[in-house]
Amino acid sequence: MAGPEIKAPPYREIPVPPALQPDATVGIKSFVANEKIQEAIGFQGKLADNWQETHDKAIGHFGTLLSKYRSLRVYMDACVHCGSCTDKCHYFLGSGDPKNMPVARQDLMRSVYRRYFTPAGKLFPSLVGARDLTQEVLDEWYTYFYQCSECRRCSVFCPYGIDTAEITMAAREVLDHVGYGQKYTNEILGKVTKIGNNLGLPGPALLDTLQGLEEDVKDETGVDVKYPLDVKGADVLLVTPSADFFAEPHIESLIGYGKVFHAAGQSWTLSTLASEAGNFGMFVGNYDLLRKIALRIREAALELGVKRIVVGECGHAWRVAYAFWNTLTGVGAGGKDPFAIELQNQLDPHFKQPTHICEYTWDLIQQGRLHFDKEANDHRVITFHDSCNVARASRMGDYPGGQFDIPRHIIKAVANKFVDMAPETIHEKTFCCGGGGGVLSDDLIDIRVKGALPRMEAFQRVVDEHGVNFLALICAICKAQFTKVVPYYGFKSSMVGGVHQLVSTAIKLGNEQ
Amino acid sequence: MAIDVNGKSYETDEEGYLVNLAEWNEDVGTALAQTEGVTMTDQHWEVVNFLRDYYNEFQIAPAVRVLTKAIGKKLGPEKGNSQYLYELFPYGPAKQACKIAGLPKPTGCI
Repeated sequence: MAGPEIKAPPYREIPVPPALQPDATVGIKSFVANEKIQEAIGFQGKLADNWQETHDKAIGHFGTLLSKYRSLRVYMDACVHCGSCTDKCHYFLGSGDPKNMPVARQDLMRSVYRRYFTPAGKLFPSLVGARDLTQEVLDEWYTYFYQCSECRRCSVFCPYGIDTAEITMAAREVLDHVGYGQKYTNEILGKVTKIGNNLGLPGPALLDTLQGLEEDVKDETGVDVKYPLDVKGADVLLVTPSADFFAEPHIESLIGYGKVFHAAGQSWTLSTLASEAGNFGMFVGNYDLLRKIALRIREAALELGVKRIVVGECGHAWRVAYAFWNTLTGVGAGGKDPFAIELQNQLDPHFKQPTHICEYTWDLIQQGRLHFDKEANDHRVITFHDSCNVARASRMGDYPGGQFDIPRHIIKAVANKFVDMAPETIHEKTFCCGGGGGVLSDDLIDIRVKGALPRMEAFQRVVDEHGVNFLALICAICKAQFTKVVPYYGFKSSMVGGVHQLVSTAIKLGNEQ
Repeated sequence: MAIDVNGKSYETDEEGYLVNLAEWNEDVGTALAQTEGVTMTDQHWEVVNFLRDYYNEFQIAPAVRVLTKAIGKKLGPEKGNSQYLYELFPYGPAKQACKIAGLPKPTGCI
C-alpha cells in the first residue's frame, strides 16, 4: 500500500501523559461512504450541495437526539472540565493530539450544543465557548469521532460518570443523518442487513467452510466433531462473529467451541440467518439498525426452535446481547410483553439467556464434565487482555467482576502458565486494543498503531519479565487488530489468539488412550 | 480513481479495488499487482485463479484456512500454510490477492 511509512511510537520510560502535539492526527481520516453504501442502510446518500441545508439538518437531528435520549443532554451539561479523563485515552497517549483527550473530543460536540441549545450560548457564544456549526466543525467531528473506539475507559475515571462513547455515537448518528458516513462501518452494516453477517458470507460459503473444518478436526484428532448449520430442533444456537468463519486466528476459537459442545454431548447449531454476533448499529448510535440486526437472532431462534442462545468470542456483541437484547428482541429474563413471552416460552428458563461461551465452558469445567491435557499448552506463556465492552459494559456469571474472572479461570484450567499484565491496564481499567468501535479499518492503520501503545507497553513488560508469548483474547476485533499491529511493536502475529483456541489445544475428546 | 491498462481505463475504488468485477482480465490483474509492488509469477497466478474460481462459486473470497488448504492440496503440503501466502502477498493473502484478482475487499472484524 502506498503512503507514508507508519511507525509505532516509542515506549514511554515512565508512563506519563505525552507532550501535546496539536493536530498530530488531524490528517488521519477514514474513507467516506459513497451514496450506494449510505442509501442501502437508509441514510442520506451524501452531503447536501448547499451548506445551510446540511447545517439545519444536523442541528435538527442533534435536537431530536437530545429530546430522545435524556442521557445525552445530561452528558452535554454535566462536564465540568475537571481533566480526569485527559490522559486515559489510548489514542491520546499514543498520538499526543490534544483533540484525542476525551474531554476535548467531546467538546467538539459540546461547543455546538452550547451554541444552539443553551440560553447562554445563544446570547453570548464567545463567553461560554460556544461555536457555530460550520463545514470545518463537521469535518472535525468526522475525523476525531472516528478516532474514538467507544471503549469507555475514560468514563471509568469520570467523576460524573459521563458515558463518552454515547457522545461519539450521537455525533456519528448526526453525521450519518446528513450523508457523511464512514465507508468501513456502513458498508459492513449493509452486508449484515442484506446477507446476514459482516463479512457477507452467503449460506453455501458458510457450509463449505464448516465442512472443511470438520475434515480438518477429524484429520487432526481422529474424532468426528461436527459444526452444524441450520439444524432445526437443536438445543443450543451459537451466535458468533463472522470473522470466526473466515480469519486467522479467529477460526481456531470456532474449532474450540465445537470441541467443547462435542465433549459435553451438546446438541447445537449455527444459523445462516444469524451468522453474525457483532452489531455495528451500536457503533454508529443508530437504534433502528441496532434493532434490525438484533432481530435476526430472534428470528433464527424461533425458526430453529432452540432452547438456549450462546454467544461466541466478540466484545461489543456481548454488550449488545447482555445489555440490549432483552428489550430489542425479547431474549433475556423479565420481559412480560407478548413479544418477549413468545420467545421466553421456548427458551429454557434454567439457563441464563443469553449465555457467553466462556460462561458455558466454565460451567462445564466446574461440573467436571470437561477434561484437559494442560501440558498441551506448555509451549505457551499466556496473558489475557480484557476486551472493553466485556469489561466495562457487561458481566459474566452471577457476581460483579465475573467477566474478569471467568475467562482467566478457563485459561488456568486449560494451561499451566498464566500471568496478568499490570493492574492499572486490566479489568475495568483495561486499555482498548486500538481497533474497536469502527476504527478497525485499513485506512486508519496509523491511529490503530498509535492507539495500541499503552497495551503494547504493558504486554512488553510481561514478555520481558515472564517470557509471555501468547496474548489471549475474547473479541474478534481485538484479534484482528492485534494480529495486524503487534508486528509494528516487534512481536509476531502468531502470539495473538483466542481463549477457546487454548481450550481447543488442551481439551480431551474422549478418544484418548 | 481509475487504472489505465492497454489504453483502456478501469474504475477503481478509494483503496484501488476494481469496481466492476466483470472487467477483469489478466492484464488488469498484472497492472493491479504493480500498484501493490507485486511481480506476478506462476505461483501468484495459482492463488489468484483459485480466488476467482471460488468467488464465482460462492460470491465471496475463501477463508484464509480454505485457501491455504486448497493451495496445499494443489502444490504440496509445504506450501499449504499462510507463511507461503504471505511471502507471495506481503500485505495479506485475503486483502492483497483479492485486489489483484479484481474481487471486492473482504471487510469485517478481520
